[in-house]
Amino acid sequence: MGQHDSLTVSLRVNGEPHDIALDDPRVTLLDLLRERLGLTGSKKGCDRGQCGACTVLVDGRRVNSCLSLAISLDGSEITTIEGLAQGDTLHPVQAAFIAHDGFQCGFCTPGQIMSAVGLIREGHAGDDPERVREAMSGNLCRCGAYIGITEAVLDAQARMASDRQGEAA
Amino acid sequence: MNRFDYVRAQTVAEAVSAASEPGAAYLAAGTNLLDLMKGGVTRPNRLVDVTHLPDLDRIERLPDGGFRVGALVRNSDLAYDPTFAKAYPSVAEALLSGASAQLRNAATVAGNLMQRTRCPYFYDPASACNKREPGAGCEARGGETRLHAILGWSEHCIATHPSDFCVSLVALDAEVEIAGHEGTRKVSLDAFHRLPGDAPQHESVLTPGELIVALHLPAASAAFADHSRYMKIRDRTSYAFAVVSAAASLRLDHGRIVEGRLALGGVALKPWRAREAEVVLAGAEISETLFRQAADAALVAAKPSGDNAFKIELARRLIVRTLARAAAGTPARMPALPASAFASEKDTLHA
Amino acid sequence: MPDIAYEQARHGSSIGQPLTRRDGFLKVTGGATFAADNRPEGMLHAVLAVSRIAKGRVAHLDVAAAEAHPGVVAVMTPQNAPKLAADPDAKNDPFTFRLDLLQNDRVRYAHQPIAVVIAETLEAATEGAELLAPRYETEAPRIGLDTAEPHKPQAVGAGDKTAATKGDIEAGLAGAARRIEAVYETPAQYHNAMEPHAIVAQWDGDRLTVDTPSQGMTMATMRLAGLFGIDPKNILVRSPFLGGGFGSKGFLSGPQVLGVMAAKLVDRPVKLVLRREQMFGPVGHRAETRQTLRLGADGSGALTALDHHTLTATSSHDDFYEPASALSRYLYAAPTLSTTHSGVRVDTGTPLFMRAPGEASGSAALEAAIDEMAEACGVDPLVFRQMNYAEAEPISDRPFSSKALRECYEQGAARFGWERRSAAPRSMRDEAGRLIGWGVGTALFPALMMQAEARAEIRADGSGVVAIGAHDMGQGAWTALAQIAADGLGLDLDQLDFRSGSSDLPNGGIAGGSAHTATAGSAIHAAAAAVLAQLSDLATNDENSPLFGAGNAGVYASKGRLIRRDDESRSESFTDILARAGRASISASGKGAPDPAARESYAMHAHGAVFAEVSVDPDLGQIRVTRLVGAFAAGRVVNPRLVTSQYYGGMIWGVSFALHENAVVDPRTGRVMNPNLGEYHVPVNADVPSIEAILVEENDPHVNPLGIKGVGEIGITGTAGAIANAVYHATGVRVRKMPITLDKLLG
Repeated sequence: MGQHDSLTVSLRVNGEPHDIALDDPRVTLLDLLRERLGLTGSKKGCDRGQCGACTVLVDGRRVNSCLSLAISLDGSEITTIEGLAQGDTLHPVQAAFIAHDGFQCGFCTPGQIMSAVGLIREGHAGDDPERVREAMSGNLCRCGAYIGITEAVLDAQARMASDRQGEAA
Repeated sequence: MNRFDYVRAQTVAEAVSAASEPGAAYLAAGTNLLDLMKGGVTRPNRLVDVTHLPDLDRIERLPDGGFRVGALVRNSDLAYDPTFAKAYPSVAEALLSGASAQLRNAATVAGNLMQRTRCPYFYDPASACNKREPGAGCEARGGETRLHAILGWSEHCIATHPSDFCVSLVALDAEVEIAGHEGTRKVSLDAFHRLPGDAPQHESVLTPGELIVALHLPAASAAFADHSRYMKIRDRTSYAFAVVSAAASLRLDHGRIVEGRLALGGVALKPWRAREAEVVLAGAEISETLFRQAADAALVAAKPSGDNAFKIELARRLIVRTLARAAAGTPARMPALPASAFASEKDTLHA
Repeated sequence: MPDIAYEQARHGSSIGQPLTRRDGFLKVTGGATFAADNRPEGMLHAVLAVSRIAKGRVAHLDVAAAEAHPGVVAVMTPQNAPKLAADPDAKNDPFTFRLDLLQNDRVRYAHQPIAVVIAETLEAATEGAELLAPRYETEAPRIGLDTAEPHKPQAVGAGDKTAATKGDIEAGLAGAARRIEAVYETPAQYHNAMEPHAIVAQWDGDRLTVDTPSQGMTMATMRLAGLFGIDPKNILVRSPFLGGGFGSKGFLSGPQVLGVMAAKLVDRPVKLVLRREQMFGPVGHRAETRQTLRLGADGSGALTALDHHTLTATSSHDDFYEPASALSRYLYAAPTLSTTHSGVRVDTGTPLFMRAPGEASGSAALEAAIDEMAEACGVDPLVFRQMNYAEAEPISDRPFSSKALRECYEQGAARFGWERRSAAPRSMRDEAGRLIGWGVGTALFPALMMQAEARAEIRADGSGVVAIGAHDMGQGAWTALAQIAADGLGLDLDQLDFRSGSSDLPNGGIAGGSAHTATAGSAIHAAAAAVLAQLSDLATNDENSPLFGAGNAGVYASKGRLIRRDDESRSESFTDILARAGRASISASGKGAPDPAARESYAMHAHGAVFAEVSVDPDLGQIRVTRLVGAFAAGRVVNPRLVTSQYYGGMIWGVSFALHENAVVDPRTGRVMNPNLGEYHVPVNADVPSIEAILVEENDPHVNPLGIKGVGEIGITGTAGAIANAVYHATGVRVRKMPITLDKLLG
């Protein structure tokens, strides 16, 4: 039986392996990232899965990191906002958010961008703005940057598709 | 959040044993449990993590044509499973109308069944609640009750079950496969959740330690696939719990309903199978009048539990609309706004 | 002088350009440091415990249980809270709000802080707060507008008059051919910036450093100096980014001060972040209103009387009254006007400025009433508004400094397609059979100016520095103010070092009242002009300069050079001027402030027209705002990309106001029952399918040297009313109690 006295969790975070000794099973993935790994890009807006500011990818899927116990994710691959850009070269979604002014205060932005990356990966929305809006509805933006966010997601998705075509050709 | 022992179960038997202790709770994705623990609504002293159990994340088509869906299958994986969604499109539509993409990516099938009510008095530890503390009273009575139950409630509890998924499932005779000390048993979903009566703390038929391991959809229910819809009325366009929802599935023969299924959400402490309405539908000719009669039958016993009489009329109209959508046919593609009143017109045309 | 400054600014290459945000890279990479992202060495976590009752006292806290939890370092209660140098309940001026800082065991509202638990980890502090398990002596709370006899406030909003009238309102009503009287209600709303209030506080002796989101760093500094009895010079407030403010971060809140007290108690750096539900109490809200409007019009549809009375709530212990009637003083040409307010005291946290305070609630009611009157007169609602167009400010008869509202109506209507509107309610449907409604509302927000200072410098290498303790809460100060600064100094943006977001810089004033860009921009502009004046003195008085003899007004700055106006082939670089003068740099300060003479002579407001389309399910009542077109005239546009985003955001707040936001309070307990983002609804992406903003050209020579009016708040005004009017047009049901939810349309 797996009673864990000393809790250890192994995660790959933005490609880096981490073996983390946890003194407390209550630590959520979000608090692990922010308070123990120094990755403060992921934001805590509600801590209850109701705003999306904490969105990260776990094994390639977008989830609310505030509602995941870190210990339970043992063996997972985590991607956060800090892991998207290659140095100064932004991920297409990041670049599109700037170009379309898909944010104002910027607090929800890391979650919006990670959610958009997850959405594009899921591939269900296509180029239908209505499907994008629905699929981005788990990310609140109190500043009201939704118009730019939707444009940014569609634009980035199109660019990524044409880049892939370019690579294939 | 209180301190707890964390136990990672490696087998179902281990899990059942570990969770049989008083104060233990199962942890799957945690999307509801952690929310409740952070709010001080529940304070389990042991979490039994079942997410590492093998083989519970499969969607299997059984030899008889039915489906067995593992308890750990994520909501989005089930909704986007092409074979499953084709057989049970209203289930996929219900799943995709729930919560957000992030939550659907994490939340499990079993966790969805085990969701607790969103009653604000249940969520507010300073309010009296018979669910949290048996015998404490129900402070929702006489309080802010716009979204509370209109069917099956009691003086002891007027909360509603928040799931969309379960509403579509209960209409299609889904069954729950449960593992316990004595092996496994199957319970119909309709019998799985309990109405409050005088013991609203007992929300399901699970006994201590029992673990949901799978969900079964009978092959016969796939016969409704061409005429199955879910509709969900919300206070905003997306990412909101249902004010009222409905699942309707019809089996048609040249404009006549051979068999109809109807269930309601947001109206009671369990997903509400409206069998009285199904009796009205069976063998009848499709018409708006028929749908109204079915709605009336479904709501014969409805009564407001507070300032929520509008939900009865809303449910009546929603039943009519959902039956009409089901009769029109399952759309070829999932609507852009699943289950929404604003799903575009072309989505509601025949498949 | 203003004319010269205006000229210089117009030569600039940055103002007016749709630049992307200069802080964009940081914000999309997670590199923008918000307050809660700071983690100084040795930092502890503090978590508030808040009251579950609305009135009474805390009888017992189980401090021992909390202290016994592993990791808990201290529990701060009224027993051991550090003594303050000033009474936090002292009210020395209207802009000092009373704070609950653990000075006693009294409870005045639900979610009032009653203790702070400080621990090595966030998990321990959080559970420690839970373990305090408070017991209370509870008194019945007073909740709702009917809980007491209304009283007349001394002032409303930011020192506005409680009452302002013109002519004989009763005579105006009596003489009207048509009259309407209607009561509109708006609920309590909570700001709910995505970033919860947070603070990281560090003491070093009597020096204090805080990282905390602030819309007014200087005010925050002065408040801290007063409460802790230390020299303001010893306080550093850093607020480079706010995760939204909307008014809730204008004044330092109680929880932020508690973070500072906690750090003092444990003598270690402390981080305190509010939990979302704790945002529903101690950090302000928009109070509920009940507004009674009485309108009279003559046979042709010209208003004869406009009476707007607002009943609103303030807290039991402090004064803030939502000035919802004030907007009616400025908007429609009614020969008789009465705008009044009354208030009741309730057991809630003190209401506060919230995006378009007064204007948002007032506009929602006024625009609906205007629509009702237009219908009573049988006049198209847009035409009715145009017929009652105010050529001078109605309450004062002063001319407007500028007013392109007519153009807003015209351009907005054309873009929206208003002429295709069918007049009768329930007469428009989409192809799916859903009811379609079109509504219009007029937007207005005063063009305010506050006080700010800035410092500008030109260095020997030709680059510039502009420093101002300004605030970027998303409106784009890092970008827009830098654009103004670059133009002011005649530099390209990449030659400018723009410093902001910290209290050790010149006082940037307040990011509020939609006045920050205008005020801070004016200060920057003045500072830059003063530096250039010095520079041109150096050049034009130096016979070795090609500019010798040109005189101050005879040169302008561009791309790092001073250039003769009368002969643009003669110019000299900043570098050469400074090198010859042997100066490493020159610098100067400047101020932004209202011009009292201009303000006396002119009424100053931004205007707009918002057109809304809603789709309503005829049976189910669910509503969706399918289209919004807003046309706004707000003086000079510094950055159209950012201004457009501000209008979008404001209009989405209008959607939120009309359809979503509603703090549900149980009157028995005074608790907000939906203190979370799951059930306190704000719009999600799917609620906003289509918005357009038209930036209507407007030149204002009076409002300030740059001709800038504010754009941050006006978008809410007009929009909520336009949506309500559209819902009426769609359904024939006039909902006068916001939010407009589907149950109110079921009939």
